[in-house]
Amino acid sequence: MMDWQALKLSLLLGGCTAALLLPCAVIVSRWLAWRRFRGRNLAQAAIALPLILPPTVLGYFLLTSFGNQSPVGAAFNALFGEGLVFSFQGLLLASFIFNIPFAVQPMQNAFRTIPNDLREAAWCCGLNGWRTFWKIELPLAWPGILSALVLTFAHTLGEFGVVLMVGGNIPGETRTIAIAIYDRVQAFDNRSAGLMSAVLLLISMTAITLMYAFNDRLDRRRAE
Amino acid sequence: MPNNAIHISLRQDAPIPLAVELSCAGGEILVLVGPSGSGKTTLLRAIAGLLNPAQGRIECNGETWLDTAAGTRIPLQQRRVGMVFQHYALFPHLTAQENIAIALGHLNPAQREPRTRELLELVHLKNLDRRLPTQLSGGQQQRVAVARALARDPRVLLLDEPFSAVDQQTRRKLVRELAQLRGRLNIPIIHVTHDLNEARQIADRICIIHHGAALQIDTPDAIMGRPKNSRVASLIGHYNIFEGTIAAHDANAGETRLSWAGLELQTPYRPEFAAGQKVEWVIPEDQMVLHQRRRPSAGERENPVIGVIEECTQLGHNTNIAMKPRHCEILLNFTVPAHVARRNDLREGEEIGVSLLQQGIHLMEKS
Repeated sequence: MMDWQALKLSLLLGGCTAALLLPCAVIVSRWLAWRRFRGRNLAQAAIALPLILPPTVLGYFLLTSFGNQSPVGAAFNALFGEGLVFSFQGLLLASFIFNIPFAVQPMQNAFRTIPNDLREAAWCCGLNGWRTFWKIELPLAWPGILSALVLTFAHTLGEFGVVLMVGGNIPGETRTIAIAIYDRVQAFDNRSAGLMSAVLLLISMTAITLMYAFNDRLDRRRAE
Repeated sequence: MPNNAIHISLRQDAPIPLAVELSCAGGEILVLVGPSGSGKTTLLRAIAGLLNPAQGRIECNGETWLDTAAGTRIPLQQRRVGMVFQHYALFPHLTAQENIAIALGHLNPAQREPRTRELLELVHLKNLDRRLPTQLSGGQQQRVAVARALARDPRVLLLDEPFSAVDQQTRRKLVRELAQLRGRLNIPIIHVTHDLNEARQIADRICIIHHGAALQIDTPDAIMGRPKNSRVASLIGHYNIFEGTIAAHDANAGETRLSWAGLELQTPYRPEFAAGQKVEWVIPEDQMVLHQRRRPSAGERENPVIGVIEECTQLGHNTNIAMKPRHCEILLNFTVPAHVARRNDLREGEEIGVSLLQQGIHLMEKS
């Protein structure tokens, strides 16, 4: 049987993560693409860390820092009257953190390929920083930004270890489709697990194919 | 100087040294010439406001754009600068028309479209308005860049090596167009190039830049004929630069005599140099006349120098000769047509004579 609630939760989590990461990643990636500052390599390493850290390790650190005894957990509790551990909010925050490299790296590459003289030309045309961003940087970096969002979304759907560590397996709150699949396999319900795996595969494949198709079309239009 | 001029005075030691003081009048083309890395682009960027010099003052059309002493610095968006970048920096996702229209933010929306059309017509691109930059040739891209620079109704036009990315034929055409355009714009035009020939074609005045310093600002003829010192002389391509000593002045004959390499040369009258003073002097190679071996002529009495050919190199239709005058270790370089070299049987080791034309010798303060 298909666990529609888990699928809905995964899609919601993916969408919210991508939406939250979009502005933050744009700011950070522009900064990393164009500024040279002390500690830049350290910052880049910290951002890339979730790529190589075992999800259980990341999940463990997040779990301990989300607890009501920790400053982060306590502050969140004081603000919203709810805990971060085993809640959708906690899951979203964890998802935000482990997706940072998936969002920042494609955007950073996209911004880096914009020649500096284009931005200078925009300023010389009288455009201020904000208008230069909207009229020049964003349209040129758009394929990279879209890639970042799709990767973030697809990666959130598939994340398992961190979600299990931080969120657990609460139906409607933290049970994502990946957790539901694991849960079904544990219960020897291979038919449901297979069905849900196929759906997840289809969604991920569709998202990534659309992204490539879009970028390809854009490339061809610009090359004409 | 009239009000629409630009006055620039900049000074900094690091990161890129600058020591420049210059003015450019409305309608004038001032060309900054210097080898790559000489700071000419830096100077242009400082005028545009793309970088902040440590000290300086820029005044354009009566407005103060920069005055470090008073703490004034007008942001570049508010300086009415038209800038043509070396590789044009056209926005690749916008059409020719949109590239121009984006710089029309100071007009109200209803005026933008007609003004865009006017500018496209001005640069002869009326029918290519819907093309993206990649669909335009190098020359067409350059014209879009010029139209975009003019769109802001600038108070100064800055051109950074605008002809470096196009072929010779297009370059000639664009140079002609720039000359025509200048007639219509009554603003200062500051043009950067490393190509001295290009500078001589279009400049009203040339400014020679080296290590961020303006060495000499003058008309092309004056710079070419009367370089201020040996550094300027070598930057503008002279290689016959030598040291000598003023021997005497003869006001009646209108000449100054110069001791050099055991000879006494007649040079144009320059009483500002004292007798006995060490000076540097230069002679353009077209002011040296080869003595014909078979048919001596009257011109040969003028500053004759006899020596031995050290090096004789044919380059295309010309032959470069390096000659060592008798009893000294100096080389005089000059070029003759290859057929002249052949007819006169010029070969390494042969003895020849040349005359240094008096009017071609230019004395300079020793630097």
